[in-house]
Amino acid sequence: MSPVTETTDVLVIGTGPGGAIPGFHLAAGGAKVVFLERGPWLKTEEFTHDLQLGTYTRLVDYVQCDGVNVIAGNCVGGSSVIYYAAALRAPSFVFDRHGLLGHRLWPTSITRSSMDRWYDRAEETLPVSEQTWNDVTYAGGVWAALCSRAGRTCNPVPVAVDLKQCTNCGWMLNGCRFGAKRSMLLNYLPAALAHHAEIRPLHEVQSISPAATSGYRYRVDYSTLNPDDYRRPTGGGSIEAKIVILAAGALGTPVILQRSERMLGGMPDAVGKYFSPNGDHVTMAVLDEKKVRDVLELQRSADVAYEGFAVGKPISSMTFDYLDPHRREFDRMSLQQIYFPTIVNILPDDGAHGAPSWFGMSKRELTRRWPSWLNILAMTEDGNEGTFGAPPPSGSFTRLASAASLGQITYRPSPQTLRGWRVADDRVRHIVEHERVGRFVEWTASPNALTAHPLSSCRIGDDPATSACDASHELRGHPGIFVTDGASVPTSLCVNPSLTIAALAERAAFAITKRAAAYGVEARSDVPVPTRS
Amino acid sequence: MSEPLAVSRRRLLQLATAAFVSWQAAPWADRLTAFAGNPGGTTSDAMTTTLEAFADTLIPGAKRYDGDYAVAGVARGPGAVHAGAVDLMWFPGAAIGPALPALAGYLSTRASAYAMKHRLRLDPTLPPFVALSFADRTRLLLELLDPSGQDYLAWWALAAMPFLAFHTAGHLHTADAVRRGHPGLRWIGFPHPDRDGLWRFRRFSYRRRLAHRHPHTTRNGNPR
Repeated sequence: MSPVTETTDVLVIGTGPGGAIPGFHLAAGGAKVVFLERGPWLKTEEFTHDLQLGTYTRLVDYVQCDGVNVIAGNCVGGSSVIYYAAALRAPSFVFDRHGLLGHRLWPTSITRSSMDRWYDRAEETLPVSEQTWNDVTYAGGVWAALCSRAGRTCNPVPVAVDLKQCTNCGWMLNGCRFGAKRSMLLNYLPAALAHHAEIRPLHEVQSISPAATSGYRYRVDYSTLNPDDYRRPTGGGSIEAKIVILAAGALGTPVILQRSERMLGGMPDAVGKYFSPNGDHVTMAVLDEKKVRDVLELQRSADVAYEGFAVGKPISSMTFDYLDPHRREFDRMSLQQIYFPTIVNILPDDGAHGAPSWFGMSKRELTRRWPSWLNILAMTEDGNEGTFGAPPPSGSFTRLASAASLGQITYRPSPQTLRGWRVADDRVRHIVEHERVGRFVEWTASPNALTAHPLSSCRIGDDPATSACDASHELRGHPGIFVTDGASVPTSLCVNPSLTIAALAERAAFAITKRAAAYGVEARSDVPVPTRS
Repeated sequence: MSEPLAVSRRRLLQLATAAFVSWQAAPWADRLTAFAGNPGGTTSDAMTTTLEAFADTLIPGAKRYDGDYAVAGVARGPGAVHAGAVDLMWFPGAAIGPALPALAGYLSTRASAYAMKHRLRLDPTLPPFVALSFADRTRLLLELLDPSGQDYLAWWALAAMPFLAFHTAGHLHTADAVRRGHPGLRWIGFPHPDRDGLWRFRRFSYRRRLAHRHPHTTRNGNPR
């Protein structure tokens, strides 16, 4: 163990929304706050429009697990830097979900109406913009028109994007080169820095143990990483803190805790269990341009009806029609138009009969119509079926290359979850095929689920047996450690999770401030929302 | 159609490995090095042609020149090989380079085993996988890429390379690749960037209301 040379009031592990928001509140309230972030710190002008390996792979992690593959951010700002900025409140029924356990999974103190004030704060700070139909992309427009022809409603999606500054480049996964996407880099983090917080990139936390210094509760050990090869540590160190906020992401947070179990004298049973990929299920359609023109009566120009798959904001429209609270659990979902860069073009089926289904001649022909593709993301109700295995020797997963890793999760979707995905397929198929405007195509190349919304691996709840943290996000049995990232979200949300993670982090900040006071950290709790940069 | 040989998978692999080892000493080199310097051709060692044949099976393209054995030539136009699949495999960011000799060797072993199992006669002057017909290459890759297989992840990682080469030009800067007419990006119709190498779409919307909003949408556009 390296000698401890530093202390701080509050140590925040991770700089995504789960870390940046409470970190800002504590710093603005007067506490000394240090953020440790395992990824690099990139400025707006450093974000590229580039698919060369070594560019976007610096800030995106693709983690292959057993049964699920996860995309997550790996940089200062966390997943908010690479996300598609859909900013939606979870529907009311989500907070009453029972999942597979037969009892309410969210703390009883949390309902949609109790959350609305926290959603308000997050929306004001990011800020969130409501798109008009003039802001909806060609792909979002086609999805809306398809829904309408099928007798469905469809809404423009609220987004954390400055719509005036947005160039509709379509490169959101690479970070926003134009400073239009409201990631943590543009709001909470600069506000925290203005209150003297410190952010240290390329610092990968390995474990937490009891502090040796009087007045401090926890010691956090970290490695520093080579900026050109995250597999290679360049050194390490330790910091002692009175409060530790764990926000290393749903893939990172439980692994740090698993590794710390013996040093901390035990760990709640739910750490590393109940992982949810947010019920995400991706399918797509290949559209008939002539039908788009003749049936949907849409035309981009005199010659082109659609061919807009890669044009504009990646998320633009969605139908709320299947978010009816009266439907039974596992039958509710949103269906959202979405764009994925060509890095996932291996995944779609070729749409033809017989093997091979995802490579060869037919697949090559399908890709020739790439501009006419339309991706649909179903966000369904899953059963939190993921479990983490033993932690790797260091880091959150076994890193094979800069962005490619093997993770510890085993994910075996239950019959209820699988049924929800089949229902989603049927609904999308009906919408795109009922007037033969499009041909429904599944993603079959990988047997794994794919998600950019990892959740629930250290979730909050009222039941100690099935939740790692209590309703205030404090880790059970370890006062002063709080989990505030996607890991703390108890269930899949039927919408994109970023705004709910942000709202929960806003809510948790008040409880953390109260606990901090008990441990001798004087920090005000009535901090106004940060001003915009 | 003849019955497959009744031989265990373990024994088959042993035989195939032996065949591969002996094949490596065979006079394939003269024939393959004859490709070197051929326009559109790449290097022509056994490992490269084996990897090219693997890539061509996933995204097939046209033969590059007379005597192009790696590319089966079942398609017109570009395939993964033309898009730089092998260059990407060796690209440092792909981090798969150190494993390529072993993967190519094992692919040859599996091709030999496949040929023995199905009583196929392979041209002894070509690497075994290259010597298979396109249909047999495809059938073998279906076996290797079956998720229940022990080595599935290794083959999946290798299979990702042709797709990343063809669909992303992952070994090149994208703006440069598009401007220079990268075969894969051109095939899929990847849009062109502005002069500064960044993409912007000034026209991106039909600018029309295209559906009714859900009746229970909140004031700020959320579900209730």
